[in-house]
Amino acid sequence: MSVLVYTESENGKLKKAALECVSYAKAIADEMGTSVTAVAVNTENTDALGNFGASKVLNVKNGALKTFNAKKFAGVIEQAAKQEDAKVVVLSSSADSKYLAPLLAVSLEAGYVSNVVEKPSSLAPFTVKRTAFTNKAFANTEISTDVKLIGLSNNSFGLVESGGSASVEEFSASVIDSGVTVESVDKAVGKVTIADADVVVSGGRGLKGPENWGLVEDLAEVLGAATACSKPVSDLGWRSHGEHVGQTGKPVATNLYIAIGISGAIQHLAGISASKVKVVINTDPEAPFFKAADYGVVGDAFEVVPVLTEKLRAFKAQNA
Amino acid sequence: MKILVCISHVPDTTSKINFTEGDTKFDTNGVQYVINPNDEFGLTRAMWFKEKQGASVDVVNVGGAETEPTLRKALAIGADSAIRVNTEAKDGFAVAKELAKVVTDGGYDLVIAGRESIDYNGGMVPGMLASLTGANFVTNCINLEVDGTNANATREIDGGKETVITTLPLVIGGQKGLVEESDLRIPNMRGIMMARKKPLNVVEPVGANAETLASSFEKPAPKGAVKLVDADNIDELINLLHNEAKVI
Repeated sequence: MSVLVYTESENGKLKKAALECVSYAKAIADEMGTSVTAVAVNTENTDALGNFGASKVLNVKNGALKTFNAKKFAGVIEQAAKQEDAKVVVLSSSADSKYLAPLLAVSLEAGYVSNVVEKPSSLAPFTVKRTAFTNKAFANTEISTDVKLIGLSNNSFGLVESGGSASVEEFSASVIDSGVTVESVDKAVGKVTIADADVVVSGGRGLKGPENWGLVEDLAEVLGAATACSKPVSDLGWRSHGEHVGQTGKPVATNLYIAIGISGAIQHLAGISASKVKVVINTDPEAPFFKAADYGVVGDAFEVVPVLTEKLRAFKAQNA
Repeated sequence: MKILVCISHVPDTTSKINFTEGDTKFDTNGVQYVINPNDEFGLTRAMWFKEKQGASVDVVNVGGAETEPTLRKALAIGADSAIRVNTEAKDGFAVAKELAKVVTDGGYDLVIAGRESIDYNGGMVPGMLASLTGANFVTNCINLEVDGTNANATREIDGGKETVITTLPLVIGGQKGLVEESDLRIPNMRGIMMARKKPLNVVEPVGANAETLASSFEKPAPKGAVKLVDADNIDELINLLHNEAKVI
């Protein structure tokens, strides 16, 4: 019996979400009186996994798994789960993990709960808290199957170092056929993604046009942040759909969310509400975003944002 | 090509979310229901396949009689017929099992569902349905072309997109991008009149067991008031973010 966690990597490097998932799995394993096994695919260096709570790492090195494929990766995790007799399997909320999770749930006959935000409140019945109604509520959800599959919300549990080390084993899983073949990947290199970012800077219609997005990008650059936008901005074609955050776009669960010229429609606020600290900059003091924000500046973005960017640049230089 | 579009019956995006019966049930009082937005993008793309490639388009929902107006709306938008599996949507797995029966019985080539519903956001029904029926699966789908039994799809990934080739039978988890917001159709009077005459078949469930149960609900703790910082005093904002919020 063990808790299995799939630790994702990007270009061979472990993602932060992978370490958060291991920290989470360790908390569950401690309560169950068992240990954590991590399964990593084509990851160069798995040393960090022990430090965050894994006792064992199953290291899969296979050229056929160079690019992500939901069915093939689900197959590998399934084999690892069966070998380890895993009763709980933990995944992150990345686009890839959410893609493979339902396939894995069926093959493991595991009850699957996504968007989980806390460690189980009870082991019998096995009960976890998850977001529902696009962050407008939480649902305490019981899983009744023998094997439980948990999708952990990004940035909900945090990183917990336990200072241990893990034994590493080569794991030669067989790779199953998949009817889906990747033809091309179009991804900005070296840019922080909304899913992985600690800070997101987001712009709305208040910025008046796509030509003014330099304001958002400059501030994001200083903060090492990802850029995002409101629904009207993506509908108008000012920015790509991939940047649209909100109920029908991407959810955001960052440490800091800065909204510039976004009034704060209920659908937008729902999508970003899992972010820990929200800052709004808007000319209209009546904008609904001020009710949802922690900090607010009533002012013209075209004046306030450049000042904020310059002052943050100086601050970062001083505190570097 | 036979297309099935899965329709979730969900509270409108502007709905206030409340609970009753000791926070164990969603409070439907005063809530307007709509076609799940992610499903509506898929339905609209299906209409394109119908008009340009002669596909047939059926819609399906797993739910009680109260979901029928939502299915009628899908018919008014242009679907040919509707199926309602007459059982409560207990959890994602149970819904996927019920849908799998409908897909197998109907011999559908392409199933389009939303990547997730906006009520429970599980994001699991399309993938489970693909697994249960042995179909190929692409989720977060923002573009889909079908030529014979070959399909070309684009999936949104973290920080970009990925183009894949695959074959029918195929299950899609759709979202905005499959069509644009401006492509969505508002049913006209003729569509609404015709929808009344189109078949809405009620089928009995296979009685799939749920694997999960939302036993109680909570609302987020109320938030404190916003701290306003003067636009001329941005230093104070940086100070607060650094020393109080500790996020920079």
